[in-house]
Amino acid sequence: MTTEMRHHPGINLSHSRPEDERHAEVTVFGFWTFLMNDAILFALLFATYATMVNRTAGGPTGAELFDIGNAFVETLVLLLSSFSFGMGAVALKEGREHPLKLWLGVTLVLGLGFIGLELREFAGLIGQGATAQTSGFLSSFYVLLSIHGLHVLVGCIWIVVMLAQVSTFGLSRQVRSRILRLGLFWHFLDLVWIVIFTTVYLPAVAS
Amino acid sequence: MSGPWEGEHQGHAITQPSSDAKAEARSYLWGLGLAALLTALAFGLAVFKIFSGPALFAAIGVLALAQIAAQFRFFLHIDLSRQKREDLQLILFTGLLILIMVGGSLWIMASLDQRMMG
Amino acid sequence: MNSSMLFGKLTFDALPFYSPIAAGGAAVIVLGGAGVVGLITWLRAWPYLWREWFTTTDHKKIGMMYVILALVMLLRGFVDALMMRAQQAIAMNAEGYLTPDHFQQVFSSHGTIMIFFMGMPFLFGIMNYIVPLQLGARDVAFPLLNAIGLWLTAAGAALVMASLVIGVFSTGGWTGYPPYTELSYSPTVGVDYWIMALLVSGIGTTLSAINFIVTIYKMRAPGMKLMQMPLFCWTALCSSLLVIFAIPGLTVAGGLLALDRYLGMHFFTNDGGGNVMNYANIFWIFGHPEVYILILPAFGIFSTVIPTFSQKKLFGYNVLVYATMCIAVLSFTVWLHHFFTMGADANVNAFFGIMTMVIAVPTGVKVYDWILTMYRGRLRFDTPMLWSIAFIVTFVIGGMTGVILSIPPLDYVFHNTLFLIAHFHNMLVPGMLFGLFAGYAYWFPKATGFRLDERWGRRAFVFWVVGFYLAFMPLYVLGFMGAARRMAYYDQPEWQIYFVVAAVGAFSVLLGIGCQVIQLVVSIRNRKGTMDLAGDPWGGQTLEWSTSSPPPEYNFAVLPQVSELDAFQVAKEAGRPYVWPTHYEPIEVPRNTALGPIFGGLAFVLGFAVVWHIWWLAAFGIAGVIATIIARSFAAETTRIISSEEIMATELRWHADVRAKQEANS
Repeated sequence: MTTEMRHHPGINLSHSRPEDERHAEVTVFGFWTFLMNDAILFALLFATYATMVNRTAGGPTGAELFDIGNAFVETLVLLLSSFSFGMGAVALKEGREHPLKLWLGVTLVLGLGFIGLELREFAGLIGQGATAQTSGFLSSFYVLLSIHGLHVLVGCIWIVVMLAQVSTFGLSRQVRSRILRLGLFWHFLDLVWIVIFTTVYLPAVAS
Repeated sequence: MSGPWEGEHQGHAITQPSSDAKAEARSYLWGLGLAALLTALAFGLAVFKIFSGPALFAAIGVLALAQIAAQFRFFLHIDLSRQKREDLQLILFTGLLILIMVGGSLWIMASLDQRMMG
Repeated sequence: MNSSMLFGKLTFDALPFYSPIAAGGAAVIVLGGAGVVGLITWLRAWPYLWREWFTTTDHKKIGMMYVILALVMLLRGFVDALMMRAQQAIAMNAEGYLTPDHFQQVFSSHGTIMIFFMGMPFLFGIMNYIVPLQLGARDVAFPLLNAIGLWLTAAGAALVMASLVIGVFSTGGWTGYPPYTELSYSPTVGVDYWIMALLVSGIGTTLSAINFIVTIYKMRAPGMKLMQMPLFCWTALCSSLLVIFAIPGLTVAGGLLALDRYLGMHFFTNDGGGNVMNYANIFWIFGHPEVYILILPAFGIFSTVIPTFSQKKLFGYNVLVYATMCIAVLSFTVWLHHFFTMGADANVNAFFGIMTMVIAVPTGVKVYDWILTMYRGRLRFDTPMLWSIAFIVTFVIGGMTGVILSIPPLDYVFHNTLFLIAHFHNMLVPGMLFGLFAGYAYWFPKATGFRLDERWGRRAFVFWVVGFYLAFMPLYVLGFMGAARRMAYYDQPEWQIYFVVAAVGAFSVLLGIGCQVIQLVVSIRNRKGTMDLAGDPWGGQTLEWSTSSPPPEYNFAVLPQVSELDAFQVAKEAGRPYVWPTHYEPIEVPRNTALGPIFGGLAFVLGFAVVWHIWWLAAFGIAGVIATIIARSFAAETTRIISSEEIMATELRWHADVRAKQEANS
């Protein structure tokens, strides 16, 4: 795939369908605008976390609490889900419905797995008495991760809806365009996660 | 006039040249490999502390930026080579504003912390 | 406070019988609302309203509904202002007629309403109506999103209004600084109302802004380059971009405060490692760009009105565009000047002080451009132009006091005094409100087909401008004398005369508003005399004047071809302002949908439920939102076709109007 052929960031529409490009141009640009809005939201949550990280109010610190092994597994699961979505996008581009559904299903399982791992981590922390009410540091930790986790949950619901729509409508233009926007969303969440493990988990272990 | 719901997939069985799809899949594989490598490096540096202090944090930060760039390139198919796209300008402008907001916040709050607690 | 499963914290104590004045205010709201509902029912207008207005996705009708919402909220916010001025005029060594708690609610709701539920809807209304027309587009990019944005804004406004009747409003000012707004110091539902209203309307505003950005980037008339857009579209674009990048600050600040209040977290609490200063930081990362969100589109209106009524080309179009962009970017680099006194070190204060002075430069450039547009023009002093001239003079005064405040050592003296209040009203009243009034008078004939009454417009103008100076110049003096803002009473006898003058000013503004109400009634009654359906009553330069007044649902039967700035003016000078084909293509327009009111209703229910801790109802609200979105994604038919015959009939009627006008003129 050459660069000139790519008319939109993140778009993998089939080249033989110019009407797809026209239709997608407006909605995809709007979706990028939304994603940038969301990126600023996360940026401010990161800034808040960074200003709160030492405000433990006598409670436990990140170094005492975080399980780096779990964070690593979470990272890999989310990365794999990003990849599997990409493979789904390749199938979509070829117009092959069955593999598309398969890859979407794999992505869904990985996404739910990620949420499960995160909930297990939260349960473990709460079991040690480290709740969101313990300190400003933990408040910002839980909120940052929960907002990201909620995004992943929304992504999972969206995948289920798209699986249903592929079954109902086939690969109509509308459905294709929606799956591609879902893809942008999903990859975006992995990008946010890179910043999370870099600013939350790794400094806690490294210091 | 074609409505947005026209299901033109039926009777439109296009079979893409598979070389194209393979190149596409290869791009995702590259992305996966690169991201996994950068992730492993970052976690490895933090856990095994081959070096420490500010250098370690800087290295982790650089690895994160590299991974973001890699995912932009291979997963989102965005790089700097394409000209004249509002989307790219939008992303770069967002990057600038994140820099201003986060950098400014950290500067302001660090200054306050230092003066009020230190 | 006790909390029940069914009604949460809601009990009969929530009704405002704690003071006769609060009960009176509630009664006005309830009776007024009941009166409107009764009138509509009596006129049997519900089906019409539902069909033609509430469920519409037409950007023009949505724009008009935004403006109506803004005008209603303007009345409410202005009553608050009047109450404050009256209280302070008599509260010298006396309690006045308002309790301190009630006074605090009044200034909090005044600020919140004027910024979020008067200024923003007014702007978004005018932008909604005008931007697609100026771009030569048939619609906005996402008509449904547009409708949802309107109804979410209305839901936020409804939450503020509900707080007047059920419960109380925040006493924390429009900025809601913790720790005062934390649960330990503000245990009532007031702050919760404030947070929910802002979060709900913030989502609506964001959706509208996304819509405008995409519309302006992707829906321009064939051939129209970015640098050939009318300046109002540029300011709408920059303002929308600011919304996208600034509103998350409000969401985060408000959301985290809510988490502190609801879940006992420690973001901004005094104890538990909370950091109150971070709230001010995040809030103003939003708050400063917000000022420019409000003011930039008004600049765009002045840049449209002044050339039209000077009968000249806008001076320095390119410079104005670049100045607008500069302001948009720089507005993200000055937020600390709202809290110079918080205690950051001198380098931090110096940096943000200098940036604040720098941002005055592009603004100053604009003022010169407007003056030079008028220079040697053939000026016509219709009301839109009067507002514009009053703006230039008044705004420059406010700008200079702003530069004074941008100097950190001086800010230490003036911080939280009435000098600051005078300053920002001196920016926002002329900078935003006069612009909105100019736009209202200028585009009113486009939306309705007839002009506003000029005589009553001039009267309103005089009362407003005189009232403004009387109301706010004394506040500068009081600021110098050390009077703090937000005082329910004071004990300095030498202050009182200034407060009395300010109150007189506020009553002058009341007369101005009264004139505007009369103006509307008189204009509708005398509409025959000022009717101009041909569509170009002012000799406009931009494309919105090249179609009928009011424009048809599809705006343009044939999309205009644009190759220059001020496309309509160019076409008129070339002697062929209208291009009329003999045959029309059918046009696809979005269908009406009930989704706007549904989302607005669900958001109101959700907000109300969260405020009162009625969790089952909140769950219902969230489930309703999710289910509605999913159901919509399965809906098939979302557009309908207007046939070429129908278009032909509409267009021919308009052609006849235009010919009649041309004959009358020749």
